[in-house]
Amino acid sequence: MDDIGFIAASWVLTLGSIAALAVFTLRRAKRLAARVPDSAKPWL
Amino acid sequence: MTTTVAETDAAAGTGTAATRVIGVAALVVVAFVAVSALLLTPADAVQGDSVRIMYVHVPTAWVAYLAFVVTAVTSGISVARRHRTLGFDRVAGASAEVGVLFMAMTLVTGSLWGRLTWGTFWQWDPRLTTTLFLFVTYVGYLAVRNIDTDPQRRARRSAVLALLAVLEIPLVHFSVVLWRSLHQEASVLNLDGDVRLDDLMLFTLFAGVVGFTLVYAWLVMHRQRLAALGDAQGTVGLDAAIAARRAEASSVPTGVAARTKGA
Repeated sequence: MDDIGFIAASWVLTLGSIAALAVFTLRRAKRLAARVPDSAKPWL
Repeated sequence: MTTTVAETDAAAGTGTAATRVIGVAALVVVAFVAVSALLLTPADAVQGDSVRIMYVHVPTAWVAYLAFVVTAVTSGISVARRHRTLGFDRVAGASAEVGVLFMAMTLVTGSLWGRLTWGTFWQWDPRLTTTLFLFVTYVGYLAVRNIDTDPQRRARRSAVLALLAVLEIPLVHFSVVLWRSLHQEASVLNLDGDVRLDDLMLFTLFAGVVGFTLVYAWLVMHRQRLAALGDAQGTVGLDAAIAARRAEASSVPTGVAARTKGA
């Protein structure tokens, strides 16, 4: 496959940044959820 | 001892059954797209293998547009509602955050693709310039949202900006038609309705749009709940500070209080 470095970089950067945001969001949510009462979580 | 669904959800933070279903569906579809785009689809007759970047570049651009439109619509609802709750405003903010990430990825993958097809990472071309302008506008929107103020004022202020910023999207999309541009015209969503793609390429591209839209939905659901937790934590912190101040005031002996008053 030609240009594999550019193609791989596109995919790795895109999926990697989405995964990083997802992990950051979940970890922060877990930390904040422990400090806030359940009454402030209407999705439960 | 058994664990209820509510206890499991509480431990998961912002997760629910709906986010888990959307998350799994997004993973499956994106995995299929990756395999199909990198291994199964043919190389382009003109561009060769570099066309494989299209399967991330186009869906990320689509999701960014969608995210900014959702931001504008929910901002409009947030402003129009007489009894203002912050739910729509939080969705607007969460959608813009995810949109900015996807727009950044559109610019990065477009730049890499441009290096292969045009021989340069960047040109001040109408499509590239208007896309960069859109990205910077929404970075500004997020900065405005982070100005330290009360949530109602934040909602009004950012809604005005969101309703103005969304007007840039038609300009970006039609920039290749309005001006002379290096960037190719739309291969699928073009005005003459002529789709210029091989069947498997088109299906993979469509699956990519669906997969990244699911990822967007998952991220927005979690991030708007995260914003609600952040606002709630601010309220809890303020209540605790007020209670501590009251307790401190009431614990001062009356004689000391009288002397302090007299002084």
